Amino acid sequence: MTTKTFKRPDGRKQDEIRKMHAKVGVVPNADGSAMFSFGDTVAIAAVYGPRKMHPQHSQNPEKGTLRCNYSMLSFSVAERARPGPNRRSTEISKITEWALEPVVMIKKYPNMVVDVHINILQANASTRCAGINAAALALAHAGIPMKELVSSVSIGKLDKNLVVDLIKEEEDYEEGEGSTDIPITLTNSGKITHLQLDGKITGKELKEVLKLAKKANREIYEAQKKALKESIKLN
Amino acid sequence: METAKITGERISQYLEQGKRFDGRGPLDFREIEIETGISKRAEGSARVKIGKTEVIVGVKMDVVEPYPDSADRGNLIVSAELLPLSSGRFESGPPKFPAIEIGRLTDRAIRESKFIQMEKLCIKEGEKVWAVYIDIYSLNDDGNLIDAAELGAIAALKTSRMPKYDEETGKVVYGEFTDKKIPVQKEIPITITAHKIGNSWIVDPTLEEEDVSEARVTIGATPEGVISSIQKGEPGEIDIVEFENLVDFTEKVRKKVFSSIENSLK
Repeated sequence: MTTKTFKRPDGRKQDEIRKMHAKVGVVPNADGSAMFSFGDTVAIAAVYGPRKMHPQHSQNPEKGTLRCNYSMLSFSVAERARPGPNRRSTEISKITEWALEPVVMIKKYPNMVVDVHINILQANASTRCAGINAAALALAHAGIPMKELVSSVSIGKLDKNLVVDLIKEEEDYEEGEGSTDIPITLTNSGKITHLQLDGKITGKELKEVLKLAKKANREIYEAQKKALKESIKLN
Repeated sequence: METAKITGERISQYLEQGKRFDGRGPLDFREIEIETGISKRAEGSARVKIGKTEVIVGVKMDVVEPYPDSADRGNLIVSAELLPLSSGRFESGPPKFPAIEIGRLTDRAIRESKFIQMEKLCIKEGEKVWAVYIDIYSLNDDGNLIDAAELGAIAALKTSRMPKYDEETGKVVYGEFTDKKIPVQKEIPITITAHKIGNSWIVDPTLEEEDVSEARVTIGATPEGVISSIQKGEPGEIDIVEFENLVDFTEKVRKKVFSSIENSLK
């Protein structure tokens, strides 16, 4: 980080994540479900399955299919979002699948499908990260065998300052080099399963970004773990 | 996945010794050919061949009402279509995810690098701005459509001329062109997509190699090394150190690719 004194609009420290809230078992109908929030950004995820893949020609006899569906509620953003899929949500759905699949032992379920539905209830940036965190929890809650958890966070570069967990106001930052948004998902053992970047950055700065993400994701992992443990106590 | 498992295993074993079926090294591109001005009707167009992979890209423009959050700048709309004629694997119908992703990757490489000077495409703030449509079509898929599409988009943009605009009617006079080019930056964003097969990383995969790729990373950056877009694709995991190496080697590959195509972009 170049300047230690960079002021964030909501007064957070540069490496401070918004207040997180994680809870599993929010959708009783589902085989597994969870809610995860970063401040105002709230995602819920529900898992249905494993169940038989239909239609039959979509079945894969070698391994099961993890199918994610990310969607924003129409009133989750300031200007009403048109309901239904669009190019952005289609891409985020796929990205989420890729972020989760390495830790889900989906190979054990040939011809089956595990559906993960993610809905954003309220958005203030970092929605895909909140969605992935909720989805990882929901999969664990559903009892799908997993190697480990994944945790996701957005790192931002505002002009030359690196910050953790962007809010909308920071995404729209325009001074200096502007805003660079880098959502990153890491496994608990520190491997990258998802990384995107939009903005402007050098290779050297990117290395700093990865360090920050690793640290932030450890905190997120603790919040996720705590939520899972709490759910067991209740039952 | 239509490449046989046995072929995939062999690709992976070969790579352990740094070898590929077509004799290339892991970080070698196939020959790149770029031809611009292939369409008389388009504002700009290009055909890009990378080995047997081929795409055509056309740029069209229109005058539209700006989006409320960018009232003083032009619009960019990028879409890609994987034509059924270009591969036995593609079907007609609404675009599926691979086509959507190619469009979005190209869009972000161009948009985030600010290659098009959007502020110069404003006619009247809040009322009329230019929209730039970039449409990508595959003609033959032998792997690496992502990088081919982006190169095609850049080549087409670089050689686009603006259509005539009638200020009285507020409409574009289609079929008539001005001498003005679309305002673009000197620094050219180029995407390089690296693929992980077994323990090896390669660039510019053939279709067979793409089929067995476990993870890929697309990085859009200028030859000077300023990165503006990244996307990791496919479900494989990547070590942080591995990722850092990848950023370094793709930068070298990009410089090489750029020097091989520099002349055809003029």
